[in-house]
Amino acid sequence: MSVRRLHPEQPESFAFTEENATYLRKVIARYPEGRQASAVIPALMVAQDQEGWVSQPAIEAVAKLLDMPDIRVLEVATFYTQFQLSPVGRKAHIQVCGTTPCRLRGADDIIAICKNRLAAHPFELSADGDFSWEEVECAGACVNAPMVTVGKDTYEDLTAETFNALIDGLAAGTPPAPGPQNGRFFSAPANGDTSLTDPALHDGSVVGKYRAFDREELTPTPPAAPAAAPAPAVAPAASAKPAAEKPIPKVVEAQGQADSEKVPDQYKPALLEAARDGKPDDLRLIWGVGSRLEELLHKLGVYHYDQIAGWNEMNLRWVDQHLGSFRGRALRDKWIEQSAKLATGWRPSDKDGDKPA
Amino acid sequence: MLQDKDRIFTNIYGRHDWSLEGALKRGQWDGTKDILAKGRDFIIKEIQASGLRGRGGAGFPTGLKWSFMPKQSDGRPHYLVVNADESEPGTCKDREILRHDPHTLVEGCLVAGFAMGAHAAYIYVRGEFVRERERLQAAVDQAYDAGLLGKNACGSGWDMDVFVHHGAGAYICGEETALLESLEGKKGQPRMKPPFPANVGLYGCPTTVNNVESIAVTPTIMRRGAAWFSSFGRDNNKGTKLFMISGHVNTPCVVEEELGIPFRDLIEKHAGGVRGGWDNLLAVIPGGASCPIVRADQIMDAQMDFDGMRGIGSSFGTGGLIVMDKSTDVIAAIARISYFFRHESCGQCTPCREGTGWMWRVMERMRQGNAAREEIDMLFQVSKQIEGHTICALGDAAAWPVQALIRNFRPVIEARIDDYVSQHGMAAE
Repeated sequence: MSVRRLHPEQPESFAFTEENATYLRKVIARYPEGRQASAVIPALMVAQDQEGWVSQPAIEAVAKLLDMPDIRVLEVATFYTQFQLSPVGRKAHIQVCGTTPCRLRGADDIIAICKNRLAAHPFELSADGDFSWEEVECAGACVNAPMVTVGKDTYEDLTAETFNALIDGLAAGTPPAPGPQNGRFFSAPANGDTSLTDPALHDGSVVGKYRAFDREELTPTPPAAPAAAPAPAVAPAASAKPAAEKPIPKVVEAQGQADSEKVPDQYKPALLEAARDGKPDDLRLIWGVGSRLEELLHKLGVYHYDQIAGWNEMNLRWVDQHLGSFRGRALRDKWIEQSAKLATGWRPSDKDGDKPA
Repeated sequence: MLQDKDRIFTNIYGRHDWSLEGALKRGQWDGTKDILAKGRDFIIKEIQASGLRGRGGAGFPTGLKWSFMPKQSDGRPHYLVVNADESEPGTCKDREILRHDPHTLVEGCLVAGFAMGAHAAYIYVRGEFVRERERLQAAVDQAYDAGLLGKNACGSGWDMDVFVHHGAGAYICGEETALLESLEGKKGQPRMKPPFPANVGLYGCPTTVNNVESIAVTPTIMRRGAAWFSSFGRDNNKGTKLFMISGHVNTPCVVEEELGIPFRDLIEKHAGGVRGGWDNLLAVIPGGASCPIVRADQIMDAQMDFDGMRGIGSSFGTGGLIVMDKSTDVIAAIARISYFFRHESCGQCTPCREGTGWMWRVMERMRQGNAAREEIDMLFQVSKQIEGHTICALGDAAAWPVQALIRNFRPVIEARIDDYVSQHGMAAE
């Protein structure tokens, strides 16, 4: 997290323009009665759009508008890094994405230009006060890297040349059109589309074409859980009935049930009546499994490492919720990974197993 | 290879009209009323049968999530919250949906909202997506004007309101409970679970939080049927998915493909191949910055889906591939990701607040080689103290890239240290 403080020099006062105040009334109406605090981020953002940055009087004005204590709004203003807490460049505040995808494609060059041409350090005003810059954490245009954000717009697919041209344009008041600066069309591949070229997608011929929901029996049967060792009934028993009649998992009513996020029996893994050849694997070599848990697993029908190794995550969750007081162990101790390792013949140095990495 | 006729997002590049008129021509809002007429249970069952898993990174089955919502309201309203706080490096798919195909999402809000008994949906768009938010709001307004939203939406008898909300630059608000806190006007600090949002969510009411893509695909799944959707991909990894290919490929792009497409085909077909050829591939982060980095030899023949990535010790995440060729300083790449998580830690849990900064500082020294070999193990061990010891998964997400770097590129780190020592005599500290 970053430590952010209010600017030492604050303006005397702040008031929303009539237009902004009207807009904010509309925003507040989106939230239920008494939940006007939900509008705090939009309100601060409007204040920032109006003044260029968020000042203390603006924070207090927002608090008053939304009937919130000042400190709650101050908390929000300092927590969210999109709020500028000190004045930024008059003409532009340039936000350079510096995360790995942009770095891989040349964000270092962009940042070097910022340092050389604008200001030596982020958040510092340029000598003429027109510009400032900062390195931001991913602006969400990774396939168009490297990129910068200026105000509401993004400039993407930059090179040192096009970025210099962007600064020139911003300085002269004639910035280039936003979007990719290399002539590319948004996020499409640069040298021609590899998909969505079929004209039938766009000429209206798909309208009314698909009405699968008109057919009553369209649901494919989810693989029925193989009938196996008795499992404690937690969710409604499912296995044998055809899927069409299968009740969807009973929806939670009480809080306690809600918290258990039931995994339905369709995720029940294949279980065994008894160990193959009567020789179960030593499940206690799984770290976190002791004799009681092993006994429980045997009761469920789990005897071998390769059984566990073959589960998917939903199977694991299903088993986990049938572990009674041991619930949570299967997930926490990564049984699948541990068992996959044990199934290869590898053995831990300790009889309790190795703590999963 | 997925054919055009089976793509859900048919205007993802914005080459055609994004507005309602264009959307209608592309078959969106087609028979929405009749879908709703089939009833809540039918929709939930159908989405479950389609095998759709959440597209926001965790991959939890979407229909199952919806089924957790109370069947009957106990007097509290239900809410659908759409998570459009897309902020993880490598991930930029929701942006394309919001600005070029917004009606898929708006229609999805109606279908999903109806299925979970919600009359209101909030779409939480990250603050930086200003133009995208304006576009989405315009699409919502169009839907209201056409009677597709609001009272008696689409003539279905169901009242549905959709509101566009936005954040202000905090990655953590992509975590569902932090998002709810933020939406309530507070700092985005995750809540303890339980209680889960399905019981106590937004304003203390039953709430389901879904990713943009998860919601936007549901109307098409309902129209074309679960069987159609589940005909793509393998068991447990069904459907189509937006992939984002960034980094050292010849033509980075966003593209919708079938889940399970081999890595090599995906890159070759849509991204123009790896810069400098396949021999030049060094490493890939397969699903956004929080996913463990893997070596070229691990991923080259892997299938791009949840199980395929788990099989190589990584995670599918959001399908945002960050490709690195051999010119990459892989330690610097991961150090930058450590900085990201240090910056974005909300500060609530000590292991994450302190640990992310500590890991970043050590990673910065490792980047220079200014470290001792023993510190590699120490770093690994400390990252284990962060993972699993925090309220939300940000601590885990910060630890995984570092652990994977050590697991997969240990010789590189050691060589860097040896180089430094040979030049400077010995490591500082």
